[in-house]
Amino acid sequence: MARFVYADNAATTPVSPTVFAAMKPFYTDLYGNPSSLYSVGREAKKHLELARADVAACLNAEPNEIFFTSGGSEADNWAIKGIAHQLAKKGKKHIITSKFEHHAVLHTCASLEKEGFSVTYLDVHADGLVRPEELEAAIREDTALVTVMYANNEIGTIQPVSEIGAICQKHGVLFHTDAVQAAGTLPVDVKEQHIDLLSLSAHKFHGPKGVGALFIRKGISLPNLVDGGAQERGRRAGTENVAGIVGLSVALKEACATMAERAKRLTAMRDRLIDGALQIERTRLNGDRTKRLPGNVNLCFEGIEGESLLLLLDLNGVCGSSGSACTSGSLDPSHVLLAIGLPHEIAHGSLRLSFSDQNTEEDVDYILEVLPGIVERLRSMSPLWEEIVNGQKAD
Amino acid sequence: MAYSEKVMDHFANPRNVGEMKDPSGVGEVGNSRCGDIMRMYIKVEGDTITDVKFKTFGCGAAIATSSMATELIKGKTIEDALKLTNQAVMEALDGLPPVKVHCSVLAEQAIKAAVADYYKRQGIDPTPLVGELAECEECACGLHE
Repeated sequence: MARFVYADNAATTPVSPTVFAAMKPFYTDLYGNPSSLYSVGREAKKHLELARADVAACLNAEPNEIFFTSGGSEADNWAIKGIAHQLAKKGKKHIITSKFEHHAVLHTCASLEKEGFSVTYLDVHADGLVRPEELEAAIREDTALVTVMYANNEIGTIQPVSEIGAICQKHGVLFHTDAVQAAGTLPVDVKEQHIDLLSLSAHKFHGPKGVGALFIRKGISLPNLVDGGAQERGRRAGTENVAGIVGLSVALKEACATMAERAKRLTAMRDRLIDGALQIERTRLNGDRTKRLPGNVNLCFEGIEGESLLLLLDLNGVCGSSGSACTSGSLDPSHVLLAIGLPHEIAHGSLRLSFSDQNTEEDVDYILEVLPGIVERLRSMSPLWEEIVNGQKAD
Repeated sequence: MAYSEKVMDHFANPRNVGEMKDPSGVGEVGNSRCGDIMRMYIKVEGDTITDVKFKTFGCGAAIATSSMATELIKGKTIEDALKLTNQAVMEALDGLPPVKVHCSVLAEQAIKAAVADYYKRQGIDPTPLVGELAECEECACGLHE
């Protein structure tokens, strides 16, 4: 019996009903421009600042350290380009990042390299984790910024952010983390974890698309990315997306309030799916088994290609994603899978399934019911699988 | 990127998929590094291709183009099969997204490779008849960019 299972929550999540309800009035009744003097403007401004305080509370930050953006990519661009350009004035032109960051970070770093900045790309090892000691060894006199993601978007591995924060503090280097996958899912405490800048995006935790935030520790100055009006205390121009910002704050509050309970439930579902899927021969789990996001499963099935796997899953009502070249729109498979040392032919056969609060145990049952048959079907028509099996016999 | 209904039909219900006992010729193109391998088996009687089978490792378009290509050459003469272009495979599928055009090229090449193998087995040099088969170390897709 076919069922619809949305298991691509790392890509985006549906807006929750409470979030949607909280947003609506700001489109129709409280539509005022927060910069305006009259009542509907003042009312919008009031809610904007309440949202800011709520977001700050979730991160243990101060409200005036939160700046709303158009999303995670803008926040990453602003943080990295801003700090790079600011500290270049003091001769610091070196950035440390990892090989498997989101493209919003990697392509920003590449663009800075073209401007003459130097960037160190840390290895992430087979378990999908950055080694703090390697990071510390990479710090130089002229290092301006370390930018390492909180949790990886493809394989879900959780980086040692607190250790990295402590190392950066010790060496007087600023630390930015792309927490787009982590915010609302993992505890964040910018003070305790010595995080100087942090990016997040609302649509990853049941908020709306097109709105995010950058936390900038008080006292850190960086040039604007978006120039114009004096919104966001003169640091990010553009009339505020009030409904979106309210949606972001309600979603984050909701996610943080239910975090522990949800993590427990999703971890159990995740582990059951991993165990079940690993029953399929020549299947591997990508990324560390335990240091991973509660809802993230990332597998490689030898001998098959990810896009055809996704299409057959979709025909069975299951939405997932893959790091195969065919789904990345390039000739190479996912940079994340290559960074953890997978050969191309195996990386082509990857599948990411990611759960949110809206998934159930029945979803896991259903995936485990259809997945083995789909893999088997593709393998039966794959000359590569035939080679693998024949090679195995020859061994 | 969206596939046409015909591509989805040939992907979900591939024609002539499988292996062949005692084929007259077998051709394999593509490589695992790029994520596409097509293998075609042909049975030739007289100068007619009486049966075709394929096995493909690859994306939806790779499977669909393999399937369509086998349908287009089954029952045809070798001469006609060699005239099949990737363009014809694409048209028969109501088009392919631009990034998937290389799959149709692979399908064309796979047929040529199978026919070349048939000629070789007959002790005939295939090159003047089939033409140079694209050989590519890195990636068949790179040839046609």
